[in-house]
Amino acid sequence: MDFNLTEERQMLQDTLRRYLADRYTTPVRNDILDSPAGFSADIWRELADLGVLGALFDEADGGFGGAGFDIATVFEELGRAGVVEPVLDSCILGGRLIAQVGSPDQRALLDQVISGKLHLALAHGEPASRYDLSRVETTVRTDGTGLILSGRKAVVVNAEAAGQLIVSARETGGPFDLDGISLFLVPAGTPGLGLRGYPMLAGGRAAEVTLDDVRLPESARLGAAGQGFDPLMDVVAAANCALVAEVLGAMESAVELTRQYLMTRKQFGRPIGTFQALQHRFADMLIELEQARSAVINAAGHLKAPDRDRQIAAARNLASRAGRLVAEETIQMHGGIAMTQEYELAHIAKRIVMSDHRFGDADYHLERFIALGAA
Amino acid sequence: MDLNYTDEEKAFRDEVRAFLAEKLPKEISDKIRAGRNIGKEGYQWWHATLNERGWLNFNWPKEFGGAEWNAVQRHIFEEECAAAYAPRIVPFGLSMLGPVLQKFGSKAQQDFFLPRILNGEHWWCQGYSEPGAGSDLASLKTRAVRDGDHYVVNGQKTWTTLAQYANWIFCLVRTDPEAKAQEGISFLLIDMNTPGIEVRPIVLLDGTPEVNEVFFDDVRVPVENLVGEENKGWTYAKYLLTHERTNIAGVGFSQAGLDMVKRIARIETANGRPLIENPHFAARLARVEIDLMAMATTNMRIISQAAAGQAPGVESSMLKVKGTIIRQEINDLARRAVGPYAMPFASEAVEGDNDPIGPDYAAPVAAQYFNNRKLSIFGGSNEIQRGIIAKVKMGG
Repeated sequence: MDFNLTEERQMLQDTLRRYLADRYTTPVRNDILDSPAGFSADIWRELADLGVLGALFDEADGGFGGAGFDIATVFEELGRAGVVEPVLDSCILGGRLIAQVGSPDQRALLDQVISGKLHLALAHGEPASRYDLSRVETTVRTDGTGLILSGRKAVVVNAEAAGQLIVSARETGGPFDLDGISLFLVPAGTPGLGLRGYPMLAGGRAAEVTLDDVRLPESARLGAAGQGFDPLMDVVAAANCALVAEVLGAMESAVELTRQYLMTRKQFGRPIGTFQALQHRFADMLIELEQARSAVINAAGHLKAPDRDRQIAAARNLASRAGRLVAEETIQMHGGIAMTQEYELAHIAKRIVMSDHRFGDADYHLERFIALGAA
Repeated sequence: MDLNYTDEEKAFRDEVRAFLAEKLPKEISDKIRAGRNIGKEGYQWWHATLNERGWLNFNWPKEFGGAEWNAVQRHIFEEECAAAYAPRIVPFGLSMLGPVLQKFGSKAQQDFFLPRILNGEHWWCQGYSEPGAGSDLASLKTRAVRDGDHYVVNGQKTWTTLAQYANWIFCLVRTDPEAKAQEGISFLLIDMNTPGIEVRPIVLLDGTPEVNEVFFDDVRVPVENLVGEENKGWTYAKYLLTHERTNIAGVGFSQAGLDMVKRIARIETANGRPLIENPHFAARLARVEIDLMAMATTNMRIISQAAAGQAPGVESSMLKVKGTIIRQEINDLARRAVGPYAMPFASEAVEGDNDPIGPDYAAPVAAQYFNNRKLSIFGGSNEIQRGIIAKVKMGG
């Protein structure tokens, strides 16, 4: 057993942590949140230049990492700084999907993704699908001259910035069948593709996507016809690993901000951190923080293991519970100041809680854990 | 990062498994699994069996004839023993007094006492807590007054685990009532057969006579039974407590408990279906299993630090709190899983060889639930641990 980061990952962690501490300050981030694009093109390029995006890909795909612990290392730091740039969407969901099943021509896009020139978005979830990855009602049909996509996609993060959308559609079978789901690369601006964009509560932007008889050539297929579910599961597992790490980093920030506040804020003539009622609750948060750190290790360490899905479900359930505790308790211990939008903790707490709504909350992952254990 | 045991560690685990398969008879493991008491003879037999293999004093340094396992080996051993339902090693002599004598005892004390801990001639108990000194241990009042070549001891200890089996007790006594609380305490070794000692059992809420009160009435203790220096006992006591905290997370116990709950919940039914399929029960079970999976990794992180020579600090307190919460949750699930058959007062079934009332697995669970309320109280209550965590981590 060895719980130390490799030298390369340690360097990546140090570099990214230092860069974000210097560059991604609260005022800078607040400007980004208010900006029309919802993220900073400068920061995006800088993340690419630092090799942060490349660290999320295998060498064979033009990166220099790509393992569970590379993902965890990067996302813990992104979470710590409350970064809203769409790394999850362009790289983990979009890029890794292309890396896994793309044709040689499609894989040529990866260079642009890793260098930060091309954004991607995964348009998979639908208004009625909730967190069920197999529920796809968007359809694809052929008319002899090409493919035609019809349907709606819900809360597609980074859709507006994406040069290419990866759209899932059902080729055969019913709405919940695992077989029959196909994936397609749809360039931005394709006729029939409609985007209704909006900002999200915890930063970044998403869109409701309509596919109104979108016509595509056969070459737009990403992976084999009807075989999209397994690769989707793989990238969502990687995304879940990223999300628990992001939550861990954000929890660390929330706890550290609270520690400083408890030692400086005075009421009744003494620092509020000297009150036992707060000390014990602070201790409970630290205990859950260590639990979450272990959950991240378990998730990252099992990303290629046979019991990946059960480990991922466990990690997300735990991180979700621990995250909610930390988000709520740190706000409570701060009092009124944490209710203001401009205070650092408010943003961090929102990142933690809203992560619940990507690929499943605590209840969803608990159910999954139970189902996978019974199998 | 590598979450797997090394080949050497795996080989060691196989060695432990083979030993348990060979030496631990089913009648004993069945008793442990059913929560029955194996009695003094049972524990002594197990100690002797381990001692024969050289594995009883696994945490002692080689200098004192110990196996000197590292933290990972100790963890593997404890994990395998719990999984096999082996009896526990009674810790008072081996992992509490032993290390104190090795570090602070005289050569004569080491030569006399250490071999007798191993061969079972001495059964030690721990004279720390008093009626007025629980979590605030340093407020203890038992007095020892020097009289020639003896100390004369008067006072009372309580919560003394298995004192009914013991023939020796190590005690914290106050030798200087004028000094600050921590500074007037000494560490004495007392033969339980000395006149003036009385042991009275305290029957716990689950009906078991596990702990006792020990009274001292003008008990004369030879001065050579003082460990280290007079009035320095608090230092030794704190050192001992760091050893008391090995295996504090109780991962193996929780894992065995969880397996037991699952076994019960597959047999018991609710609404005509196995209880384990009941969504409410399954959700609680899953939550605690998820917590345990994470804590097992936290435990391994700390163990691997310890094996690399880093002393565990506040992490021990975190493991104590989380570990006891998890064990108590599992005890609660077991109690609920058996339904009405949790109700018979099972002390006879637990203590003796009577046939249980209801399913065999049902007899001890309610008693274990109540007995393990102690986990969050002893060894520094969970509130004390939270105070330590906050003090260390909040900084100034």
